[in-house]
Amino acid sequence: MIVADRKPLKEILEMLKGYNRILVVGCKGCVSVCNVGGSKEVGILASILKIAGKKNGLNLKVDEKTLERQCDPEYVDLLKDMVDDYDVILSMACGVGPQFLSERYPESRCLPAVNTTFFGGAVQHGVWSERCAGCGTCVIHFFDGMCPIARCSKSLLNGPCGGSADGKCEISKDVDCIWDMIVRKKMEQGRLDDLLKFMPAKDWTTARDGGPRKSVREELVQ
Amino acid sequence: MSELKSGSNLEKVLKAGHFAFTGECGPPKGANVEHLKEKIAPLKGMVDAVNVTDNQTAVVRMSSWAASTIMCQEGVEPNFQMVCRDRNRLAIQSDILGVYAMGIRNMLCLSGDHQRFGNHPQSKNVYDIDSMQLIALVKQMRDEGTFMNGEAIDVPPRLFIGAASNPFADPFEFRVYRLAKKIEAGADFIQTQCIYNMEKFRQFIKRAVDMGLHEKCYILAGVTPMKSVGMATYMAKQVPGMDVPDSLIQRLRGAGKGKVAEEGIQFALEQIEEFKDMEGVAGVHLMAIEWEHRVPEIAERAGVLPRPVV
Repeated sequence: MIVADRKPLKEILEMLKGYNRILVVGCKGCVSVCNVGGSKEVGILASILKIAGKKNGLNLKVDEKTLERQCDPEYVDLLKDMVDDYDVILSMACGVGPQFLSERYPESRCLPAVNTTFFGGAVQHGVWSERCAGCGTCVIHFFDGMCPIARCSKSLLNGPCGGSADGKCEISKDVDCIWDMIVRKKMEQGRLDDLLKFMPAKDWTTARDGGPRKSVREELVQ
Repeated sequence: MSELKSGSNLEKVLKAGHFAFTGECGPPKGANVEHLKEKIAPLKGMVDAVNVTDNQTAVVRMSSWAASTIMCQEGVEPNFQMVCRDRNRLAIQSDILGVYAMGIRNMLCLSGDHQRFGNHPQSKNVYDIDSMQLIALVKQMRDEGTFMNGEAIDVPPRLFIGAASNPFADPFEFRVYRLAKKIEAGADFIQTQCIYNMEKFRQFIKRAVDMGLHEKCYILAGVTPMKSVGMATYMAKQVPGMDVPDSLIQRLRGAGKGKVAEEGIQFALEQIEEFKDMEGVAGVHLMAIEWEHRVPEIAERAGVLPRPVV
C-alpha cells in the first residue's frame, strides 16, 4: 500500500489560515489501511480543527466526507455538489488525492493533510515498513524476494557495502541491512552462487528518473 | 599481468614484485591550495602513490580530481578516489576522462559513505551505479575503449583500477566472495579497510589465498596508526565496519600519558612487519589520518625506504 503520515498540526493550521469553511476529505484506500486518512482520522482531524478554531476565537465550519478512493474520477466526482460551499478542501489521501481534487475542481483550493512516504506494508500493529521504490522494473527475483533498490540505503546491486554490521545498515541501528538478509538466505539455501554473478548497471528509465510516468492499457482505453 | 595497463608508478612497483607502500591525503575543506601542498610535501618519496579522498565521510571538500591534479604538479602520484554517491554515470565517465587527461593514472572505485554521516545529510544520493559496476565501467573504458553505452571513446583512459575491501564488515563469510567479485569485475589492486583485528584478517587473507585471488590482483593491507585512546574508542564504536579489539584499546591505555601515539605507531609497525611476510599481501596502504607529516618517520621505521624507482 501507499503509506503516509499525517502532517504536524502546526503545519496544517498554517495552511488553513484565513479559511473558515473547510471540507476534510478522507480516502478509503491505502491511507485508511495505514490509519492516517480514513473516516476515523477525518473525524479526529475535523474535531481538532474546530477546537483549534475556537481557541483562536473563530467559528469554523468543518465538515467531513470520506470517498471510496481519491485516485478515481468517478469517486472524486461525488463532491461536485458540495465543493462550492467551502473555502478549502483538505485531503487526507496520499499525494494523488489533492491533485485529482485540484484537477476536477480547479476553482477550489485543495490542500494536503498528509505526507506521503513510501510503498510498504504493516510489519506489526502500528508499524509500516518500506518494501518498494516503484522503479518500474522489478528485480526481486534475483534477491530471493527482497528489494535492494528500496531497502538498501545505497541501492547496491552487487552485495553489502563495508558498513554492514550485525545485520544493520551503516546509517542507523534501526535500519536492517537488506543485503545481510539476502546473503544469509542464499547461504542457508545453498544458492550463494546467485550472488557471485555481476549485476550490471540498472536501466532507470522506467523509474522516476525517466520522467513522470504513465501506464496505458490499450484494451481498456475507450 | 603481462603488459602494463596504465603505466602508473604504483602498477610498476607492484608488477616488479616490490612490497608496495601507499599513503592517503584528504583534500582541504576549502580552496586552500597551500594547505594541500603542505600536506602533500612530506609524502614525496615516502610512498608509491597517495590516495586522494572524495568527499570522505560525505563531508564536502575540494574535489578529489582537482586535488589529484595538484598532487601531480607537486611530483607525487595520486590514487584518485571516486565514490558513486555523488555522480550519475554521465558525470562518472566524464570525470574519468578528465582525470586521465590531467595525467592521473590510478583510480580507486568506491560506493561512498552514506550522506547521513556527512555535513549535508539533506542531500539526495545518486547511486546510479554501485562500486562493482564502477570497477567494470573503468575496465570497459580502458580495455574495450567504449563508454557504458558501447560508443567508442576517442583516446580511452588507461587507469590502474583499485577497489576497497572490508574484511571486517558483516556478513563475514561473504566478504571474500565480494572481494572475488570485485577482482572479476576488473580490479587490479585492492586496498583493505584499516586492520586492527589481526586474527580475523589472517583468516580472511588465507581464504583469499586459498581461492587464488592474490594471483589475480594485488592486495594492500590497510593500516591506520591510532593517535589516541579516544580515536581508538571512537573507531570501535562509531565508525561503520571497523573492528577494533579491546586488547588494542587496553594496550594503548596502558602506554600511559603522552605515550599513546608512540604505542599506536609501534602497533602499526608490528602490523607492517607481519604483512611483509604474509602470503597474499602485496603491500601496505597507510592511512595516516591528518598525520601526513608523520609518514616519513613511520616509513623509515617500517623499513620501507627508500621507495623503489621503477
